[in-house]
Amino acid sequence: MSAMGVGAIAIPKSFLLGREIDPLRAAYEAMDVAQKKQLADAALNAARAKGATYADVRIGRYLNQFVSTRENKVQGVANTESFGAGVRVLANGCWGFAASDNVTKENIAKVAERAVAVAKANAKIQGEPVQLAPQRGFGEVSWKAPIEKNAFEVPVKEKVDMLLAANAIAMGAGANFVNSAIFAVNEQKYFASTDGSYIDQDIHRIYPTFNVTKIDQANGKFDTRRSLSTPMGMGYEYLSPSADEKVTGVVTRYKKRYDMLEDMKAAALDVAQKIKAKSVEPGKYDLILDPSHLWLTIHESVGHPTELDRVLGYEANYAGTSFLTLDKWQTKNFNFGSKLVNIVADKTQPGSLGAVGWDDEGVKCKQWDLIKDGKLVNYQAIRDQVHIIGEKESHGCCYSQSWADVQFQRMANVSLQPGKEKRSVQDLIKGVSKGIYIIGDGSFSIDQQRYNFQFGGQTFYEIKNGEIVGMLRDVAYQANTQEFWNSLVDIADKDDYRLGGAFNDGKGQPPQSNAVSHGSATSRFNGVNVINTARKI
Amino acid sequence: MPILTEQEAKALLTKVLSYSKADECEVNLNGSEGGNIRYARNAVSTSGATTRSTLVVSSAFGKKLGVATINEFDDASLEKVVRRSEDLARLAPENPEYMPFLGPQQYAPPSKEYVDATAAISPKERADAVEASLQIAKDSKQTAAGFLENSTNYAAMMNSHGLFAYNTSTSVAFNVTLRTTDGKGSGYASKGYNDVRQLDVKKATSIAAQKAGGSAEAKAIEPGKYTVILEPAAVSVLLENVLFAMDGRLADEGRSFLSKPGGQTKLGEKLMDEKVTIYSDPHNPLLPTASWNGDGRPQEKMVWIDKGVVKNLYYSRFWANKKGVKAVPGPDAMIMEGGTATLDELIKSTEKGILVTRLWYIRTVDPQTILLTGLTRDGTFYIENGKIQFPVKNFRFNESPVIMLNNIEAMGIPERCVSGESNNHYLLPPLKVRDFTFTSLSDAV
Repeated sequence: MSAMGVGAIAIPKSFLLGREIDPLRAAYEAMDVAQKKQLADAALNAARAKGATYADVRIGRYLNQFVSTRENKVQGVANTESFGAGVRVLANGCWGFAASDNVTKENIAKVAERAVAVAKANAKIQGEPVQLAPQRGFGEVSWKAPIEKNAFEVPVKEKVDMLLAANAIAMGAGANFVNSAIFAVNEQKYFASTDGSYIDQDIHRIYPTFNVTKIDQANGKFDTRRSLSTPMGMGYEYLSPSADEKVTGVVTRYKKRYDMLEDMKAAALDVAQKIKAKSVEPGKYDLILDPSHLWLTIHESVGHPTELDRVLGYEANYAGTSFLTLDKWQTKNFNFGSKLVNIVADKTQPGSLGAVGWDDEGVKCKQWDLIKDGKLVNYQAIRDQVHIIGEKESHGCCYSQSWADVQFQRMANVSLQPGKEKRSVQDLIKGVSKGIYIIGDGSFSIDQQRYNFQFGGQTFYEIKNGEIVGMLRDVAYQANTQEFWNSLVDIADKDDYRLGGAFNDGKGQPPQSNAVSHGSATSRFNGVNVINTARKI
Repeated sequence: MPILTEQEAKALLTKVLSYSKADECEVNLNGSEGGNIRYARNAVSTSGATTRSTLVVSSAFGKKLGVATINEFDDASLEKVVRRSEDLARLAPENPEYMPFLGPQQYAPPSKEYVDATAAISPKERADAVEASLQIAKDSKQTAAGFLENSTNYAAMMNSHGLFAYNTSTSVAFNVTLRTTDGKGSGYASKGYNDVRQLDVKKATSIAAQKAGGSAEAKAIEPGKYTVILEPAAVSVLLENVLFAMDGRLADEGRSFLSKPGGQTKLGEKLMDEKVTIYSDPHNPLLPTASWNGDGRPQEKMVWIDKGVVKNLYYSRFWANKKGVKAVPGPDAMIMEGGTATLDELIKSTEKGILVTRLWYIRTVDPQTILLTGLTRDGTFYIENGKIQFPVKNFRFNESPVIMLNNIEAMGIPERCVSGESNNHYLLPPLKVRDFTFTSLSDAV
């Protein structure tokens, strides 16, 4: 059981301390591609020999690094490494999967045989046989995330120094506590299938974050302000500030370069203001939502209900189904939102968490429309589902969190397109007579069919007659997805477009996590129900 | 790597320690072997069989500590991970909060966490159980989605001060959702045990089928404050947030629901109804857990809330040492004392109220009060005059379990349940609670 407190940042309990260089970097070098191909062929041949009509194998080395601090102390630095192979097969029309950390030619063949045995055993309780969309083989290809600086090659001391310098800024500005951390991920994935693809990919993700806590000693109230950074599909270059990548306003926000020291100073000032802010009066408000907040609302209310596996009922027992049922899509006229709502799914956007060359079943990645001019036009679907929506090719959004887990449909980056007309955030605020401007994501919850949601935030600014008049606290808004997206009346232009994202979006049984980004520009939603969350115990 | 016996684990850990050149070295080994079947749309969707092991090596030079993990177990990999942790430690800054590893500890004998029958579950048995569950769905003309998973687990640790600990356990978990074919009704059941012989897949599926059929054509009633009967699965996702927040350091630092102005805490104060007693006990026969925790501390029976009074908090070894208190580790499970009523009797004793099968998507809104939000799901019913009258549409709630535990009307017989949020297993009663706050309606089924 884990005890996650208000100031804590989620990292494994036992990860501690750091180093200046990685003396064992050689051990992380990717395995030779020719060797991986031999291993993959051993698995594919064994699967075929046992009667599989299709097979794919993923050989992966997964590296993580966690560096975490609090106040003036380094709490942890740890490198984790996991290596193994998973084989998925179709036999007797049914899927089978097996995985092992013993990656030799002999054993990987046995793993493939075990996967076939599982498929055959389950075929008796299989309904319709799996219909796999055809996929051409790509031969031997590779893809590398376009990073400028590999986070695993940056000395840990550099990371520690930056985090402690940031913490000192918060403490110097009156914070009572501060936690900060950098998480880095490198997935070295090799995929091969009986379609004739041998795909070698090198994927990088990074997430710098902090949480500043302020306590009002007089009344015992405490409050926090989290960083306005976001996890990115980037290297360490994300942590090199650039004036071009900043968005100024009530607080500075960031595009593809993050300035942790600057944001830390702002956070310490914000939280001091927030703890003394006026408690919100519940009622209807026009909301101006910053991309650092709106990404999560998009994720929950658009990303998840447009996943076809949910629509079909594959997640009925856990993550839930979807209100965006096939009959609504079939009308080609289902009013999801206002005409300004244009939402795309994308597995290629540079710097995003979801960007890869090919997905985990060998499909080349692309971008496609989900909501066009407010109407539902498509879903997110993979090879064994696309026939249901009359398509011949998968959308390319199949993913597994590791070699040990079976791949399945996971969310692509799902993003709201910015406004086409020149509109600044200030233009949006100007038109609001009674509103709240929300920055940063906070508490979030949505029902299992994605109708009713409630979101908090990091900071809340009261708008009166087109002007920001001060900060509010205890704010959360509740809405119905369709009503909410129909209340979208204004969007800032592309200059304000930014990504937000989640490192660990959970789905499936056993649960798997997926990293995904969501882009948007600041948007205005009219007449949303705001509640006050203050209680006494 | 397969499940290691105590002797095999000891031999492996001794070998790992033999590579150590650090002042102190501690090694944790965890592994599991198991399988699962997932089904949906009345057919199997995915299934798997996975064996996993992880070795965690912590090396310290003075107050400088490095940690590295690996899942490869040949001699070269073992030596590599020890060297990697030492390289980390040598280059690390001193951690002022570092605590030397523990010496040998006295642990209570292992509780009955490991059951041969569960360890012996075969893929065919899993498939047969799912087939039986699917048959109930087909017979009741409903659509089933479910998950059956079993695992055999072991954990061992050893350090250079002579501490050694070993533990094995088995686990089986089953949960299922049945939906009416028109999508208007949905029902859920969830069970988890150490011993598969306690699991009745058919009975659980039948309960889900009954709830699905009974929940179709739900009526909308106004949100507001209602008396609710929360089934144990619904209680679990609320109560676990109280336990998660009982960290002594956070309370001392002024950032928990247990903090008071001026650095004091509410330890020893009565915060809840006197009917509330919450404890953990590794040797409870219905919910056995390990007798040691991951840093080698013994896990003992511990009362957290005693008749509504906050009795104990858990601490890291560093913070306990600084505060001069016992370094009580956080528990592996939670038990709440209950009453003698069955769920039916709780319903019969209710003039007006709402029966809640399951709560979903629970998130903390305000840690100061543990205000939580979430929604009802898969079986929500209106009760009047001691009888279920009709299904109602799902609600969003905003409620603090601390407030809720002051509003208890009655408690039922505790039963083993699994949190749908954390997957932790608990032993909890159904609760009848007044003035539970529903804040909006949801159209979700």
